[in-house]
Amino acid sequence: MFEALSYENLQIYWWIIISILGGFLVFLLFVQGGQTLIDKLSDNEGEKTVVVNIIGHKWEFTFTTLVVFGGAFFASFPLFYSTSFGGAYWVWYAILFAFIVQAVSYEYRKKKNNFLGSKTFEAFLKFNGYAAPFLLGVAVSTFFTGSAFSIHKDNIVKLNSNVEAIISQWATPWHGLEALWTTEHLAFLQNILLGLAVLMLARLNALLYIRKMTNEPAILSKVNKCIPRHSVIFLVLFLTWFIRLLFIDGFAINPDTKEVFMQAHKYFDNLIGSPLTLLVLLAGLASVLYGLYKANFKQDEKAFWYTGVGTILTVIALFFIAGFNHTPYYPSTYDLQSSISIANSSSSRFTLIVMSYVSLMVPFVLAYIIWAWRAMDARKINQKELKQELDKY
Amino acid sequence: MEHINWELVDWSRAQFALTALYHWIFVPLTLGLSFMLAIMETIYVKTGDEKWLKIEKFWLKLFGINFAIGVATGIILEFEFGTNWSNYSWFVGDIFGAPLAIEGIMAFFMESTFVAIMFFGWNKVSKKTHLWATWLTAIGSNLSALWILVANGWMQNPVGMEFNPDTMRNEMHDFLAVLFNPVAVNKFLHTITSAYTFAALFVIAISSYLLIKGKDKSLAKYSMLIASIFGFIGISATIITGDGSAKQVARYQPMKLASMEGLKKGSRGAPIIAIGKPKHLKSEPTHKEVLKDLKGEDQLNVAAEGFEIPYGLSVLAFNDPDAFVPGIDDLVYGNEKEGIPSYQERIKSGKISIEALANYKKAKKSGDTEAAKKYLATFRAHFKDFGYGYFDGHDLNELVPPVAITFTSFHTMVILGGWFFIFFILVFRAVMRGTIEKNKWLLRLGVLGLPLGFIVQEAGWITAEAGRMPWVIQDLMPTFMAVSHIESTSVMITFFLFFITFTALLIAELKIMSTEIKKGFSN
Repeated sequence: MFEALSYENLQIYWWIIISILGGFLVFLLFVQGGQTLIDKLSDNEGEKTVVVNIIGHKWEFTFTTLVVFGGAFFASFPLFYSTSFGGAYWVWYAILFAFIVQAVSYEYRKKKNNFLGSKTFEAFLKFNGYAAPFLLGVAVSTFFTGSAFSIHKDNIVKLNSNVEAIISQWATPWHGLEALWTTEHLAFLQNILLGLAVLMLARLNALLYIRKMTNEPAILSKVNKCIPRHSVIFLVLFLTWFIRLLFIDGFAINPDTKEVFMQAHKYFDNLIGSPLTLLVLLAGLASVLYGLYKANFKQDEKAFWYTGVGTILTVIALFFIAGFNHTPYYPSTYDLQSSISIANSSSSRFTLIVMSYVSLMVPFVLAYIIWAWRAMDARKINQKELKQELDKY
Repeated sequence: MEHINWELVDWSRAQFALTALYHWIFVPLTLGLSFMLAIMETIYVKTGDEKWLKIEKFWLKLFGINFAIGVATGIILEFEFGTNWSNYSWFVGDIFGAPLAIEGIMAFFMESTFVAIMFFGWNKVSKKTHLWATWLTAIGSNLSALWILVANGWMQNPVGMEFNPDTMRNEMHDFLAVLFNPVAVNKFLHTITSAYTFAALFVIAISSYLLIKGKDKSLAKYSMLIASIFGFIGISATIITGDGSAKQVARYQPMKLASMEGLKKGSRGAPIIAIGKPKHLKSEPTHKEVLKDLKGEDQLNVAAEGFEIPYGLSVLAFNDPDAFVPGIDDLVYGNEKEGIPSYQERIKSGKISIEALANYKKAKKSGDTEAAKKYLATFRAHFKDFGYGYFDGHDLNELVPPVAITFTSFHTMVILGGWFFIFFILVFRAVMRGTIEKNKWLLRLGVLGLPLGFIVQEAGWITAEAGRMPWVIQDLMPTFMAVSHIESTSVMITFFLFFITFTALLIAELKIMSTEIKKGFSN
């Protein structure tokens, strides 16, 4: 069945899958957002345990989605995997490190004789909570602002040259961290804006999730106080980033010569030029805004689902803007022609076909996740309830 | 190759070894204990006997403590191919990425979804559903082992692909060949059954400890019964698949086999060393020379000696007492009589392949299709030696794995594996006869089984991975061609960052676990 698709269509299919995974990853960052709020939402140990358990029961979904996102990107677009991970070394390791310390923190925080102490494990949760959404946001923003690298595949056959035999070479010693201070075209501003927007979104979604999941009055009143301010700050950050995105010079590929060049308001063109992208984006933004309306003015528990679905759709649309319509999704400012596009970075046609069959498992996976999620979230969590539980974080 | 940053290569290798070995401290327990939990819970659901629920919950608690740190140490490995081995990731990403992605989609989601129900779902889902969740967690974790070992097996025996000179990478053309790669299948079975053995050792060790302390005697004994049966099946299968593994190494990685045995000169009817040690051939090696052996810089002067079983190696490797087993010298210098080319010849051939590829690219660029065709044919004819070409002008020692390390880890694994086989029988017999409680020396051996189990697990991986040096992909890509373009100090920093973090987390894990163990079943 997938054999009938052209190579180009298979590449598009896989970019859509990567976009969907990216969307789910950003949505699931609400776990991280919640980790930054554990102190803010609790006045005592009992309340803290409620907050930690509400978000803690979901940490593995975010973690696993990140791992699968990495694996799927590797399998479908290996040139991105090798160039970005090997090049933006410090950014990715900072993100990974934040997840390493998170993975043990829920389980070990309250255990007796835990060597580092509860406060340390809580600090790990906060570190993960702030660093992961912020840095992932920065990393995604570089899909539009570019990075400094070059790619020369022939390097591995130059036996007697002075060049190191490495295909992808990063051009700065900061290995990705420079995204935070590259002044050219105000890239740093754009990158930091998206980092902060993703962080605020993660916190906002966490607030909505916690409100949905507890009936502990003290926590609820604190949550309700936080929601309006978070809504406003998120919207200001995100819209500033997004509106700027539509008007900056973008990276474009000449479809005939494959040459990469700078084009004025390229991303605006990508959005307007594709009805599908526009539709997904508008649906996503509308859903987020409706969720915020429900959250702020109707105190509706379902708000979490509206902002959640909206988050996923908006991220998908951003990935479409970054990758479709002859656009290199991982552009190089150091050597334009090394820029990475869907077409030049993907796996072979055969591998994409094999992986497409594998992708048929995704709906099945989603189905059991939804089932498990519902089963686990059927009852609200409060201090009384937790006292009866044998196993808790 | 004039521009090799050896410091970078060494630190990158050190970091991979560190993270993989650390991860492997925790994985075997997850793989094996998850199934034992499923068996215990099945007995509980079938019989309704609360005692089995109590037993399961005790082991589940320890499982959870171990699971968390297993997950923590594992995430690095998914990304480390990109961060530290970026050339590798492009060169073979078209094949290697797929099993990693499938592992995530097929296994990790299953594992993480159902493990949450296993821990927190007792009051939220029905008894039967919970049992399903426990089984699915076990199946999920074992499926993840399948896919990562398919990936590893492919590095040891690259199959099902062809090099595409236009994209400058290897591309998959037969997925089933990659999945059913005989090395991968065997490696998967050997690894998971050894993990079952390890989990059984874990359960017996802790039960032994509780019996010595006189705590929860009956529940500890039931645990031991399950574990001794599970462990006996595990170790038996491990031995059978280990034999299969040796035969594959003999076939696909003869240099690894020679190092595992410290075999300098090959012969027909080669004996196997039952117990022995690697030695420097100079009568009184200096400290520096020994260090060089360990670092793999002076392998051509190392060989092992000890108590030998005649014909043992020929039988192990080829099922034939008269078969020729090549030694290190035969492989390095060639053996005309047995039809083995020397490494110098292979280097020459590999260099022809690499240069032909470079010329092909040039011809293609200038539009000379005739020449391009000719170069491509030359490239393909010599492709089987491609990786050797990078060793042009290098010391031949670089092509030999660290013999002392490989020999020692291999023999440690085999000897302890043999002991476990006997050990599980002894434990089973003592439990059935009701003598286990009084059998203090067996209980002490039981406790000792846990550290020995760790040693065997790590020794197995050291044999497999140190033994295939210098290749990241057998005969195709050496380690120094696979690294990323980063400063060696960066890798050094991340190495120590992981070392310190993982060690701190390991200490936390051990402390938490021992506290929980001391509480026993009753809490």
